[in-house]
Amino acid sequence: MANISQENIRNFCIIAHIDHGKSTLADRIIEKTGLLTSREMQEQVLDNMELERERGITIKAQAVRTIYRARNGEEYIFNLIDTPGHVDFNYEVSRSLAACDGAVLVVDAAQGIEAQTLANVYLALDHDLEVFPVINKIDLPSAEPERVKEEIEDVIGLEAQDAPLISAKNGINIEEVLEQIVAKIPAPGGSSDNPLQALIFDSVYDPYKGVIVFFRVMEGRVRKGTRVRMMATGAVFETVEVGYFGAGQFIPCEELSAGMVGYLTASIKNVKDTRVGDTVTDADRPCEKPLPGYKKVNPMVYCGMYPADGAKYPDLRDALEKLQLNDASLFYEPETSVALGFGFRCGFLGLLHLEIIQERLEREYNLDLVTTAPGVVYRVYKTDGERIELTNPSNLPDPSSIDYMEEPVVSAEIMVTTEFIGPIMELCQERRGRYLGMEYMEETRALLRYELPLNEIIYDFFDALKSRSRGYASFDYELKGYERAELVKLDILINREEVDALSFIIHKDNAYERGRKMCEKLREEIPRHLFEIPIQAAVGGRIIARETVKAMRKDVLAKCYGGDITRKKKLLEKQKEGKKRMRQIGSVEVPQKAFMSVLKLDDK
Amino acid sequence: MMEKHDCPAAGETRPLGLYLHIPFCVRKCLYCDFLSGPAPQPLIDRYVRALEKQLEAEAAHYRAYEVRTVFFGGGTPSLLSAGQIGGLMEQIRRHYRLCAGAEITLESNPGTLDDGRLSGYLRAGINRLSMGLQSADDGELRLLGRIHTHADFLDNFAAAREAGFSNINVDLMSALPGQTVEGWLETLEQTARLGPEHISAYSLIVEEGTPFWTAYGGKETVSEEEERRMYEQTGILLGQYGYRRYEISNYAKPGYACRHNIGYWRRTEYVGFGLGSASLADNVRWKVTEDMDRYLACMEAQNGEAYAAAGAAGAFGWKEDVHRLSEAERMEEFLFLGLRMTEGVALSEFRRQFGTGLREVYGPVLERLEEQGLLVFYADGKKMKLTARGTDISNYVLAQFLLEEEA
Repeated sequence: MANISQENIRNFCIIAHIDHGKSTLADRIIEKTGLLTSREMQEQVLDNMELERERGITIKAQAVRTIYRARNGEEYIFNLIDTPGHVDFNYEVSRSLAACDGAVLVVDAAQGIEAQTLANVYLALDHDLEVFPVINKIDLPSAEPERVKEEIEDVIGLEAQDAPLISAKNGINIEEVLEQIVAKIPAPGGSSDNPLQALIFDSVYDPYKGVIVFFRVMEGRVRKGTRVRMMATGAVFETVEVGYFGAGQFIPCEELSAGMVGYLTASIKNVKDTRVGDTVTDADRPCEKPLPGYKKVNPMVYCGMYPADGAKYPDLRDALEKLQLNDASLFYEPETSVALGFGFRCGFLGLLHLEIIQERLEREYNLDLVTTAPGVVYRVYKTDGERIELTNPSNLPDPSSIDYMEEPVVSAEIMVTTEFIGPIMELCQERRGRYLGMEYMEETRALLRYELPLNEIIYDFFDALKSRSRGYASFDYELKGYERAELVKLDILINREEVDALSFIIHKDNAYERGRKMCEKLREEIPRHLFEIPIQAAVGGRIIARETVKAMRKDVLAKCYGGDITRKKKLLEKQKEGKKRMRQIGSVEVPQKAFMSVLKLDDK
Repeated sequence: MMEKHDCPAAGETRPLGLYLHIPFCVRKCLYCDFLSGPAPQPLIDRYVRALEKQLEAEAAHYRAYEVRTVFFGGGTPSLLSAGQIGGLMEQIRRHYRLCAGAEITLESNPGTLDDGRLSGYLRAGINRLSMGLQSADDGELRLLGRIHTHADFLDNFAAAREAGFSNINVDLMSALPGQTVEGWLETLEQTARLGPEHISAYSLIVEEGTPFWTAYGGKETVSEEEERRMYEQTGILLGQYGYRRYEISNYAKPGYACRHNIGYWRRTEYVGFGLGSASLADNVRWKVTEDMDRYLACMEAQNGEAYAAAGAAGAFGWKEDVHRLSEAERMEEFLFLGLRMTEGVALSEFRRQFGTGLREVYGPVLERLEEQGLLVFYADGKKMKLTARGTDISNYVLAQFLLEEEA
């Protein structure tokens, strides 16, 4: 397998809107190119985290190298680089794309182009990738390959007449895709004689080998013993092993040279030293300058995470530490809440990232968590000229000392069938969106462009979008910058005590509505006590909403029938339900889930 | 005739209660979620034979016990003929040590009793008759889907007295949809005036799966405040007629408290016979299957070993939810059952049963509940009981005695 020349290497990725069949096509390509017996084939080879399988999306970029014997009789190395499929991971996507020379664009034969299709194509074209389309799911009764071909040509401007018509699920016409990869995607450039210049597109932590760095060699070569320098972080390591990616395993080799995709290990202790997008060079013979495009990713969404059982705090700390080994974009620092005790303020790339981390903590580390409302990073400009990056609403300085505040804003593209334009525009309006324009993609579909405050879309925007378009709208966004806004801190008081974990920052026009909904929700969630409990929402000390949990007066007198004590006990257990899952706030016991439920207020 | 045993003083032998479940009725009431329904006569007959077989087959386990109480519950046990009840009683006398003074109760539905039946039951040994009246208002009876009118009840009650029943209970139900405090007191007073020895007064629980749930599920049938007043007034009114409350929902004239039900609250051992009935013996709780076909098949197939095997084999047998109580669970039960009794529990009894003091196990809970005025110690601190306020919210108070599970 050695001795395949640089001419016969194809580095590519597959791009698609969610559910258009990216992972399935990847499986088929790996299957058809051999190296893997059917028995080794897992359902979706590239996605190897349990969670990814369930959500049907790809979280962590991965790569696989396979050998394809083409119709022209020659052997080709295919390096298929998988990219995450969610806006939270846009930067990671862009680095994965930068490691490729071409991209296979998968479009669903029934649904046609969607928002992420466009976003991904533009991103690929920005990276000068050669993109060719394939039309998937042609065996669906609703498939309209001819219409979709036209759409691809009209909307994206890609030649689509000879696009392979395939069914990745049923293995129809996969050969044609492989041949077009050979024919249409260029061989990698670069020279092995130049100084080493390699692009990191991912890394994982292995307890035995340390960090395993995934990269694409643009120029030069790297082998065991090469002293490498990470150009952005400045860290220097001696290479212990280089190799390439078998399906689901690492296969060591002698050397990786220009055009190749592979990994290295160098007893690196922390993924923070190997940032995605950084350039690896030879410390003894460095390249002139790093590859373009590197940026340090900053968390966009923050929330507090607390162990439901306070004694589990050290376990939570250990778990976060371990997760961070594999995930440089996860941020955390200790914080204390009056209501929730000891926990962590955690930063994430987006809400999906937050949910993934939360689920992994609960599932893999067996932790019960209480999470506070996710918020974005606000900029607070104080009258004394100081600027604060606010990640925890509780740290908002006294309003009198604030000059003004800014919030992050995104540019969003929403693709929607024309019948739902009205409801979607209404939704964006409600979320303080600024209308930028609309383009018709074809007669029945349009692309809406909006600027939206990030804090308006982080929790339930996507759900609202889906429900108001009966699932037909698709959505993509990127951070645009910060803008001044009239923001206030909304506080919740339970039995006249302020609950810091429930405070959050909100636009002043929405404070009343939100406060009212939160009070209603809390009234439902907080069990009745021996005394009456007022629940209030306040802005700057002024009460704007109130609900009351009535005092317990009288139980129903249950009959103990036929000596069935078990039934009686179940009733009592229900009464006492989740004593452990209660948080004491003053003299009020608040169920843990009350903290979470206020995050999911209905979109109505 | 039958050999009779006198009831020995407590402590000498192990007292036992028998519960026989009769899962049949003329028509299911609209609020009822008990295991019961109308059935054709041949099935009823077949079921009674199965009960007789279960009584016989189980007897070997209870040689060391004295049966102090027998309770025919339902459903409507008065659907069984006097002959059938007599047959079951005979089976009990033949295979168990039934003491002479045993309390033997039969639940009945007004409208199903006539003179012949009543005297037949008496002859069979039934000495306590329980009548499910629920309300003295015909409108409310129709609302509940009862088969009888108040007049039917009055007839049957008089007939029962005539026949010679000197220990009668009447079941009543408060918090019916649309009921007022005055309406409830009217039902109570009309009943008390008749002078039954015992009155059970429960408040309606709208259970899932009943027609009532469809109509009233999740709503209050009467306001909480009214319900509280109904309860308060019940004690006062019945007090004027010579009844004393001895358990959260039960009132009796002196000497007529229901011994079988007290057994449940005091954790006396009992065995259940028939569909869905519960048992407690040797600190094990279990239930009989609720599947009629399976129950009949198991009982009819029985012959010694096969029967024993059927009992033990959970997946195919008739014994279900077999659970050995841990010490913590027994402590919980001691309290959440015992505190339903008006006189509460004795601290010395807790120590006798568990070898440790009540305060050592429940110290902080007791302190808090006492401070909140829900629980009170009396008789020089030797006993403890719920206060009136504690009784109002008894579920809350009793739930506090559940111990954290150490899985």
